[in-house]
Amino acid sequence: MADLLQRVAANGDVEAFRALFQDYAPRVKSYMMRQGADPRTAEELAQETLLTVWRKAALYSDEKGSATTWIFTIARNLRIDRLRKEVAWQPLPEDNDEQPSPDPAPDEVMSEKERGDRVRKILAELPPDQSEVVSLAYVEGLSHAEIASRLSLPLGTVKSRMRLAYHKIRDALEDLR
Amino acid sequence: MTITHHPDIANLMCCAAGSQPEAFAAVIASHLSLCKSCCCEVRRMQQIGVALFDKLEPAKMAGPAPVVAMRAGEAETAPQKDETTPAHHPCCGMTAGGVPGPLVPLVGESLDTVDWHWLAPGVWVHTVPLSKGCCGELRLIKVAPGKKIPEHTHEGQELTLILRGSYTDALGTYRQGDVADLDEAAVHSPVACSKMGCICLMANEGKLEFTGTLARILQPLLNR
Ligand SMILES: [Zn+2]
Repeated sequence: MADLLQRVAANGDVEAFRALFQDYAPRVKSYMMRQGADPRTAEELAQETLLTVWRKAALYSDEKGSATTWIFTIARNLRIDRLRKEVAWQPLPEDNDEQPSPDPAPDEVMSEKERGDRVRKILAELPPDQSEVVSLAYVEGLSHAEIASRLSLPLGTVKSRMRLAYHKIRDALEDLR
Repeated sequence: MTITHHPDIANLMCCAAGSQPEAFAAVIASHLSLCKSCCCEVRRMQQIGVALFDKLEPAKMAGPAPVVAMRAGEAETAPQKDETTPAHHPCCGMTAGGVPGPLVPLVGESLDTVDWHWLAPGVWVHTVPLSKGCCGELRLIKVAPGKKIPEHTHEGQELTLILRGSYTDALGTYRQGDVADLDEAAVHSPVACSKMGCICLMANEGKLEFTGTLARILQPLLNR
């Protein structure tokens, strides 16, 4: 996928873009729907995300992380901007490693792909109660308080499940020494 | 700036997920602009979102790729450097007036020019407006040297970022850049540093409830 993105970046290659569109737009639409957009809005947001990918392609380089990370970050930022209309939200840097540290942590020297594989593996192995809260936060876009009321759990339980899940992911990333 | 108190991991995850209530998002964004280690953490946490996104069941697109719009924009925009990157970038620090980058659009460039309202002897507040319909409250609080922030409890979580000076409560001393991340059970009455006082940014999920007598009389002032 990074190849396609690079072809778009280097030559404004429309065919490469169509292939990217086919691969990513349906997942972006699906993401927007899970976040609460109706199908029409989700379609528009998916179109807009991919149009942004086209327009910003020149800013992408594979050193900045995988195409998926980059495209997802654009979608995530657009989603908050459009679906939540909040003034104080935090756009995440699309550029994945803008500040390479002089003394990189072990997980920073790991390839992005390796890191992605590890994260996916740990997510798949999480106990259901942990993966449920993680998915509600990331995929459905619910706050801790909303998750707590959806699952009828104390807020503290929701937060501790989130923490446990992340610690496993962090450990898995750190052990690749 | 040496930061010793960071937001809870779960709150950083919520930031990476983009699912935080607005008032908290503002505090976390402001902390991230001052704290490299939390920035790195959030970047790692972003990978969770990416992995979950990758596994989503695709939803069929109704329309084709926006080739017309692409072509239309081609002359001036595509594909090249663009200017739509947000002006406030994470890890961008604070202004000379002590305002973290992400907060500048909401409160201006300097803490000295904020429109402060008197709340109690030695305590001033400024309520930061949030989007319509959004729950929670965000305010700047200024406390004179050695004065107390009136004792209070809160429904839901409270997140406080120190912008200038420091304060001390039963949990320790919080200095510039530090975040006090309290859950709903906490009752506390922090005392501002005796030399510099303290200015902090405080986000609450529910309403603040002041517990002292004087504070109860003052409560109505807080909500104006
Ligand atoms: Zn931090």
